[in-house]
Amino acid sequence: MNIITNPLYLQVLVGILVGLGAGYLGSFMVFKRMSLVGDVISHVALPGIALGLIFNFNPFLGAFTALFLSIVGIWFLEIKTELPSETLVGIFFALSLALGLLLTPEQELLEVLFGDITRVGPTEVLIALILVSSLFIIMSLIHRGLTLSIISKQLAQSVGINISRTSFIFLVLIAIIVALGLNVTGVFLTGALVILPAAAAKNISISLANFTKSSAIFGGLSAFGGIVLGNYLGFHPGPIVVLTGGFIFLITLFFKK
Amino acid sequence: MLDNFILTVDNLGVKFDKNEVLKGLSFFVKKGDVLAIVGPNGAGKSVLFRALLGLLPYSGKIEWGKNLKINYVPQKFNIDKELPLTVEEFFKLKEVGTKKIMAALRSVGMTDEHHIERHILNQRLGWLSGGQIQRILVAWSILDNPDVILFDEPTSGIDVGGEETIYHLLKKLKDEKGFTILLISHDLHIVYKYANNVICINKEMVCYGEPSDVLDPASLAKLYGGEAGFYKHEHNH
Repeated sequence: MNIITNPLYLQVLVGILVGLGAGYLGSFMVFKRMSLVGDVISHVALPGIALGLIFNFNPFLGAFTALFLSIVGIWFLEIKTELPSETLVGIFFALSLALGLLLTPEQELLEVLFGDITRVGPTEVLIALILVSSLFIIMSLIHRGLTLSIISKQLAQSVGINISRTSFIFLVLIAIIVALGLNVTGVFLTGALVILPAAAAKNISISLANFTKSSAIFGGLSAFGGIVLGNYLGFHPGPIVVLTGGFIFLITLFFKK
Repeated sequence: MLDNFILTVDNLGVKFDKNEVLKGLSFFVKKGDVLAIVGPNGAGKSVLFRALLGLLPYSGKIEWGKNLKINYVPQKFNIDKELPLTVEEFFKLKEVGTKKIMAALRSVGMTDEHHIERHILNQRLGWLSGGQIQRILVAWSILDNPDVILFDEPTSGIDVGGEETIYHLLKKLKDEKGFTILLISHDLHIVYKYANNVICINKEMVCYGEPSDVLDPASLAKLYGGEAGFYKHEHNH
């Protein structure tokens, strides 16, 4: 069957692309000690998706807008108030979840919370391809500065790195990958897509290069395995993707460095 | 600015909100100088460095010589043992090749190439000992041949034996490469031994000049309160 028309191929393609991007970004999030941010930030998308469903525009757009606004809000408040990002994310998380649960039409709620990759079409593949490629290109430009600012802010500043700009770009990339991930695993489980591959990769890596590469690969592998297995067993793919990631994590524990 | 002056500071002040953290600092640094900055905790020593690096808003004048490369070794460098980052990757954040890395490591006394390649470069940075990390940081700071290096308490976290070596190392590097060094130190013994100039600050300038001239009981008492005499006798060693 043609790749363009076979829904499973399309799902797997979107899954792998999002998995690669989420795994790669996730490694830097773990490196930056913001795993919790990754875990809860997806919930922030909920009101955006709900508005998309109510007013009939693409929920991805709604999700990205909600994520983007929250991230700008968090970034701004972090600079102004010096509260840690985890506290701020926690506040945004609680508020958006409450708002989202109120707004989302009841019959759509389950799908929004757990994702429905069976709905993706060629357009979603194209969007994922463009956004994930841009993500890798942008990361290749900022990863040195980002890494140095994670190790020591003062050292990074002293060599002329604009820390707040770098961390803003990084947050926007997180918003993009989380919005894309909503297709695959839904609001509740997108955080796992970002964190599990990175946690597994960290177990087996000494160097940053290996860490980020294997995290991307584990992300792609979890999505691929989860979607194929879910389809084969007749289960919802989202949770199986997360379980596959968890399984990879367990295996890496035996090879911990 | 005169030719061999590389830094002139005039009436420097720094405020955080309405609190004056530094005020009225004036001093200069000549090429090849080792200037020590001493003062009690919270005296504004690290703030002074950040102002000199242009990372903070300040009042007054800070004038560096032209085309100087200034590097900085921060005080806080608590690298996480779990952080997957090798020593080689840390060096390559500065976009330099292996040759320069090896040269910098040789300069900080790591000369065994086999050992470096096998046991240092591909090791996690966080797995090294405090002394090794300090050497790596010094090597990192000299990697791109700076003219001036600012060291914020290069001894914190190292045992006494190790401290001595780090200062020998800084002195050796200064003599070999002609760096100018500004260093923050708690240890007046080190200041007497290695610095040719010292400024004592406690929000404002308490003393400024050659260590043996200016670190007298009166200014030490002003700087540290009652503990001054305890420090004083050390420079006769």
